[in-house]
Amino acid sequence: MKHLLVGAIALIAMAGAASAEQMKMAVTTSFHNSGLAEVLLPEIQKDLDLEVQLLVVGTGQALKLGRAGDVDAILVHSRSSEEAFVAEGFAPHRREIMYNDFVLIGPEADPAGIAQAERATDALRQISDANAPFVSRGDDSGTHKKEMSLWMAAEVAPSGDWYREVGAGMGASLNTAAGMGAYILSDRASWLNFANKADEVLLFAGDPVLFNQYAYLPVNQDKHPHVQAALAAKLEEWLTSDRAKELINGYRLADQQLFTFNAK
Amino acid sequence: MSMFPIHARAITVRRRGRDLIGPLDLSLEGQGVTIVIGPNGAGKTTLLRALHGIERLSKGEITYASPRPEALAAQAFVFQSPVIMRRTVRENMAYPLSLRNMSKSEISSRVDEVAERVGLTFALNRPARVLSGGERQKLALGRALTLRPELLFLDEPCASLDGRATREIEDVLNHEISRGRRIIMSTHNMGQARRLAQDVLFIHKGQIHEAAPADQFFTAASTDAARAFLNGDIVE
Amino acid sequence: MGELWEGLAQAVRLLITFDSDLVEITLRSLAVTCTAVVIASAIALPLGAILAMRRFKYRRLTIAILNALMGLPPVVVGLIVYVIFSRSGPLGVLGLLFTPTVMVIAQVIIIVPLIASITQQALRELWSDYRDLLISLNTTIPQRLGTLLWDGRRALLTASLAGFGRAIGEVGAIMIVGGNIDNHTRVLTTAIALETGKGEFAMALGLGFILIALAIAVNIAIHTLSHTEQEGRW
Repeated sequence: MKHLLVGAIALIAMAGAASAEQMKMAVTTSFHNSGLAEVLLPEIQKDLDLEVQLLVVGTGQALKLGRAGDVDAILVHSRSSEEAFVAEGFAPHRREIMYNDFVLIGPEADPAGIAQAERATDALRQISDANAPFVSRGDDSGTHKKEMSLWMAAEVAPSGDWYREVGAGMGASLNTAAGMGAYILSDRASWLNFANKADEVLLFAGDPVLFNQYAYLPVNQDKHPHVQAALAAKLEEWLTSDRAKELINGYRLADQQLFTFNAK
Repeated sequence: MSMFPIHARAITVRRRGRDLIGPLDLSLEGQGVTIVIGPNGAGKTTLLRALHGIERLSKGEITYASPRPEALAAQAFVFQSPVIMRRTVRENMAYPLSLRNMSKSEISSRVDEVAERVGLTFALNRPARVLSGGERQKLALGRALTLRPELLFLDEPCASLDGRATREIEDVLNHEISRGRRIIMSTHNMGQARRLAQDVLFIHKGQIHEAAPADQFFTAASTDAARAFLNGDIVE
Repeated sequence: MGELWEGLAQAVRLLITFDSDLVEITLRSLAVTCTAVVIASAIALPLGAILAMRRFKYRRLTIAILNALMGLPPVVVGLIVYVIFSRSGPLGVLGLLFTPTVMVIAQVIIIVPLIASITQQALRELWSDYRDLLISLNTTIPQRLGTLLWDGRRALLTASLAGFGRAIGEVGAIMIVGGNIDNHTRVLTTAIALETGKGEFAMALGLGFILIALAIAVNIAIHTLSHTEQEGRW
């Protein structure tokens, strides 16, 4: 027992000392669920000899971790929050990296008939009119904020028995929607990677309003002197390089391109 | 340095608004066997515990001729229902010695010697919980004797034992008495009291009703209550 | 039902292939929780023993607080530890957030009340048995503590194992303070939460079964060890 314990403690210690340089980055669940991280991180390790430790959280918590100085950089997708973050001085700047898109998922039977909708806002209005069950992340994440802005644009105040806020991550929310046969707004990557689809299908996509811009924000060293600003800058340079462009645009899931590189 | 004489001055033990014993005065000299008798509930156990210093006094004080910690360390107490530790018989007997800085070999030889005397050598390596009632009381007595106490208290040690176990315990006690160990013991077995006593304390309603040398007490008790008690009458 | 079988099959598959990720997170789970149990026992066993034998003024209150803390949701403990060890928190300079060390700290806080409370209940009876003898022998408080802990070790083992069970299966607190970082702070329970989030129920269930098997194995191992040690004794 004692030997096992000592060995295991040694293992923990080693895990911490495996790489020469380490930094912590908070990313959104949707980014992590896309599987892109598993492609990019080993390449980053190879090219930069840098171990990027990912904290997979909602956008709200990611920004919080950045504010507290608990991570060195964040990669999120909620423009207005990001701009506020920069304005408050927690990041020196905001760098757009790539975008993917949101899609509307729902039961195959499509009781609200959103598959034929012209625009995303029309689709949401139809769901509300039909009182069809709709699962909302309700967790202040980027996806949730996107959903709220869409309801606003559709001029619908979502409330009532049909509107279910679950306060959970993308995967858990998709599980809930699948269980209830409800509509839900998801990023495409999470949806494609989601294994428990049940009767749910992709019903609506392609409206430009559904595009989902990811941006990289290094945490400001002036606010938190201990952050690894140099490493964060190195990572930013890599993420905006042609090498990253090739990997991001080339990433395929179920034969679909998920992300479009658009860093300038 | 001897702890005797022990003086108890106006000691009272009061619990939940009731005086269990006292106020009473008592002096104890350093030799002999004092047997404490009296009706149930008279306060025999409380008196013994108070003299041993494990019952908080509400009033009064007990003084020893030697410094208090030294005096307390030279006493041992055998309880009516023996405290059996969840260990082997050997470990039970060795426990009081293990609290003092004593070498393992010294502890071992003392335990062997005492186990022999109380007749538990055969059981030394058994768990104490498998012992019979008589063996448990012998274990408790043996454990007390390992300390070679100057003063040994026994609180009705044979209360629930059969004749044979009682005799074996008395044999051990007689051996100790012959070697000059000071004993203060309560009992409600009058035969035992007559067999062992050199002095008698008759306790009644929390007071020392009568204190006398044994032969004088058993032949000519001076108080009505003591005579009634000796006659086997109910004493209230 | 089909998913349960798939989960079982996945567990068997992971075990047979001796999946290196699985080995790593399993060892990390064990290391974090065993360390936490050792530290928590060192605190909680003497604390429980003192509560069992001392009659001090606020004893009842202390016991009530302990019992209440036993029901404290781990996620609250996690949040409090997070806030304390965050870079912006009072102990932020230590830089311990998102490390196995802080996961150990959170688990210690979670299981100390549990172990102390079980210890207190188990030793109360032992103390009432031993009280007269130990007082009569003029034992010091540390001697009493040592005697109670040693003679009650069987029950205390159970207390520590209860703490182990609670800690190894805990996810809320270590998710927050550990961050579930791959190769760094990911343990069995946070991996299960991650797989569930991805809808990979078979994988999540597989890991769950391995967690259950691990908990059972540790319990059996400890009980077997302690039994051989005391055979023919108490």
